[in-house]
Amino acid sequence: MAVLTSRADERTRERVDVVPAGPVRRLPWAPVVFWLYAATLMLPILWMFLMSIRPNEDILGGFELIPDHVTFANYRTFFTDGTWSDSYRNSITYTSMNAVMSLVVAVPAAYAFSRFRFAGDKHLFFWLLTNRMAPPAVFLLPFFQIYSSVGLFDTHLGVAIAHMLFNVPLAVWILEGFMSGIPREIDETAAIDGYSLPRFFWKIFLPMIRSGIGVTLFFCFMFSWVELLIARTITSVNAKPIAAQMTRTVSAAGVDWGLLAAAGTLTILPGAVVIWFVRGYIAKGFALGRV
Amino acid sequence: MSEVAKPKNNRAWFLVLPVVVSVAFTAVIPLMTVVNFSVQDIFSPDDRVWVGLEWYRTISRDPEVRAAFVRTLLFSAQVLLVEIPLGVAIAVAMPKRGIGVPFALVVVALPLLIPWNVVGTIWQIFARGDIGLGGWVLRRLGVDFNYALDSTDAWVTVLVMDVWHWTPLVVLLAYAGLRSIPDAYYQAARIDGASAWSTFRFIQLPRLRGVLTIAILLRFMDSFMIYTEPFVVTGGGPGNATSFLSILLSKIAVGQFDLGPAGAFSLMYFLVIQVVCFVFFTVLTRTGR
Repeated sequence: MAVLTSRADERTRERVDVVPAGPVRRLPWAPVVFWLYAATLMLPILWMFLMSIRPNEDILGGFELIPDHVTFANYRTFFTDGTWSDSYRNSITYTSMNAVMSLVVAVPAAYAFSRFRFAGDKHLFFWLLTNRMAPPAVFLLPFFQIYSSVGLFDTHLGVAIAHMLFNVPLAVWILEGFMSGIPREIDETAAIDGYSLPRFFWKIFLPMIRSGIGVTLFFCFMFSWVELLIARTITSVNAKPIAAQMTRTVSAAGVDWGLLAAAGTLTILPGAVVIWFVRGYIAKGFALGRV
Repeated sequence: MSEVAKPKNNRAWFLVLPVVVSVAFTAVIPLMTVVNFSVQDIFSPDDRVWVGLEWYRTISRDPEVRAAFVRTLLFSAQVLLVEIPLGVAIAVAMPKRGIGVPFALVVVALPLLIPWNVVGTIWQIFARGDIGLGGWVLRRLGVDFNYALDSTDAWVTVLVMDVWHWTPLVVLLAYAGLRSIPDAYYQAARIDGASAWSTFRFIQLPRLRGVLTIAILLRFMDSFMIYTEPFVVTGGGPGNATSFLSILLSKIAVGQFDLGPAGAFSLMYFLVIQVVCFVFFTVLTRTGR
C-alpha cells in the first residue's frame, strides 16, 4: 500500500515538474502592456520636470519637446526665497509628527481589537472607519473655529492633530491586520515566562510587527503629505504647507509656471524616497487591512 | 478581526481610549458643531435663530445641489467602471519576480504620493493645448481640445486625471491579492490545461474578492469627495461642468459663508457616502458566499 502511494506521489511530482516554473502562465504581451502603462504614468510627471528646467519665456513662448535652454533658476529661487523652503520644511515637520502620533495612539487600540472582545468592539471598529468617509469640506469651518479657540491655529501640532482624523482609523485598520497575523500563543507563552504586558509589548511584540509599523508610518506620511484642504484652512504663515504656498504663485505678471513646476517636482521627492524604503511592503500593507 | 475564541476583557477599553479621545477631538466635536449650524440661521455669533429642518429642505430642493449630486454620482460611476477593470488588468500584467518588481512598485506607487493640488497642477500643464504635451498631441491629431472652454473636454480631463492618479491604488491592491494566491492553485490549473482566461476567471478573480471590496469602497468614497484636483484644473468650470458636490459645498461654506445651509449640506453629503458604502459593502461581502 505504502509502495503504491509513493509511486503515485512520484508520478504526480514528475507531472508537476514538466510544467514550467512561475506562478502564472505568462502572457507574452504582459510585460509590454505593463511597461507601456508605467511609461504613461511617468509622462505627465516628466513633462512637469522638463518645464521646471526651462525659463518662463520659453515655456510660454511655444511648444518644444526637448528644452532649448536648460536653467536651474527656478530651483535656485525655491531654495533662496525663504517662504518656499520654509513651507517645504513645514510640510515635512507636521507630516512626520502626524505619522508618529497616529502610530502611538493606534498601536494599543489595534492590539485591543486583535486580541480581545469587549463591549462595543465591532461598532467602534466600524465607527472609526466611517470617519474616513467624511468629506474634508465638511470640517473646514468647525476646524477653523476650534483650532483657533484652543490656540492650535497655524501650528505644526495643530495640522498634525487635524490629520489624525483620517490617519488614526487607517493606522488602526492596517496594524490590526498585521497583529492578527501573529498567533496568540506568543502572548500566552510570554505571560507564562513572566513578562509583564508593557515589557512583552516592547521587547517581543513590537519587533515582530516591525514591517507593519513601517507600512503604517508610510501610509500616514502619504495621506498627510498629499492633503491640502484642511492643512490650508488651519494655517496662515508659520505652519503653511508647501502645497498651499503653490496656490499663491499667481502674481501681477501671471502664473510663474517654471517656479510652480519646480516646486511640484520637489514635492514628489520625499514620497519617492519613502516608497523606495518600504517598496517590499507597500502591497502587503493594503492587503492585510480588513474592511 | 478574527473571531476564534478571543478572550472577553472589557479592560481592553483602556487600550482604545487614546484613539477614542483623538478621534473625538478631530471628528466628533467638529461634527457636532456642524449639526449645530445646520438647524440655525446664523446672522452673527450672538444673533442666531432656530430654524429646525428648514435648511435640509432648502438644500435637498436646490436645483444646483441636485445637479451637482447627479454629476458627482456619474463621475464616481465612471471612475469605478474604468479604474477597477484597468487596475486588475495591469496587476495581472505586472512582473511577479525578478529585478523589475521593485521598480514596477515604485513607478506605480508614485502618483499616489503627489500632493493633490500638484496632481492638479501637473494636469493643468499637461493638458494645455499650447504648452502641454497631452493637449498638443491631441491638437496635432486634429482634435480641437480646450479644457478651459469646452465642458466635455473639461470633464474628460478631470476623469483622465483621476484614472491616472488613482488606478495605481487598485493596481497595488489587486497585485497584493494576486501575490497571496498559493502556487499550487496555478499548477493545478496548468495540469488541467486551463487557458489564461479561465485561470483568471476561476482562480485569480475569486481570490481577489477581499481586496477588490476594499478598492471599490475606497475609490467610491474618494471620488465622491473629490475636491482639490478638479478645483486646481478647472475650478468647477467651464460654467458648472465639473462643479462636484464638494466644490459646491465649499463655495457655499467658505465663499458665501452661509453656515446653516452649508451645515445641512455637509451632513446630508456625509450620510449619502455612508449609505452607499454600506450598500456596496453588504452586497460585495454577501454575494458568492
